[in-house]
Amino acid sequence: MDIVQVLSAILLGLGAVLGVVGAIGILRFPDFYTRMHAAGITDTLCTGFFVGGLMLQFGLTLASVKLLLIFMFMLFTCPTATHALAKAARHGGLKPWVKTDAGAGLGNEGRAS
Amino acid sequence: MKHMTGLLFFLALLWWVLSGYTKPLLISLGIVSVLFVAFVAHRMDVVDEESHPLHLSMKLVRYWLYLLWEIGVSNVKMVVTILSRNPDIDPRIINVRINQRSELGKVVLGNSVTLTPGTVTLQVEGDMIEVHALNEESAEGVEQGTLDERVPASIEEKS
Repeated sequence: MDIVQVLSAILLGLGAVLGVVGAIGILRFPDFYTRMHAAGITDTLCTGFFVGGLMLQFGLTLASVKLLLIFMFMLFTCPTATHALAKAARHGGLKPWVKTDAGAGLGNEGRAS
Repeated sequence: MKHMTGLLFFLALLWWVLSGYTKPLLISLGIVSVLFVAFVAHRMDVVDEESHPLHLSMKLVRYWLYLLWEIGVSNVKMVVTILSRNPDIDPRIINVRINQRSELGKVVLGNSVTLTPGTVTLQVEGDMIEVHALNEESAEGVEQGTLDERVPASIEEKS
């Protein structure tokens, strides 16, 4: 076990944890728009950690450069997809959930059931 | 002409990185395809400063590093929000005036805002952007406009 392997394992583990946290967020948050924010974690940092960990596995090879390219394409396309979703929802007339004073915390109104 | 040279260089680099071939025959095939793509791009008249912002490559790299840092910070905040027992969720839609004049600048800013967890760009209209923010803190982040200031100024100079 050399240091690079350990680092790579840490990065991959962190990425996996963030993916799970993102999923928990999607389940816990009250409505479509807020869930989109939770999904943002999986879009960015989770992918970043995975790519970083895999790059350490490959070392300085062409495969690493390809991984970096994948990461860059993700950074360009993910926000576009998210924005398209959000705009579609807004034009479709979906009202954003707002916090009410009565049910502080997570109310049930906005939940799609 | 400068942009054409740049395009040819980047295409060749991309071809080689993605294939990794070194045999003369395959490389010559690669050169032919690169030239063909450049020719088509030239005929479509899309080789210009907007599609190929050579003049700000270095500034863009600096901006990306800053953006990655911002993404990291807001991700940590997001994880805390998700895992906390009583999440601080107070969603709101805010309208913010932005300084970007060029189309490219607006796109870069809108994408950056969406990439940062906690805020999503809903609409860009004129010099206003409409942002859905998860809570007050992330809304303030957009209202202060630090990202807006950080978008490389030279994007604007051009158009």
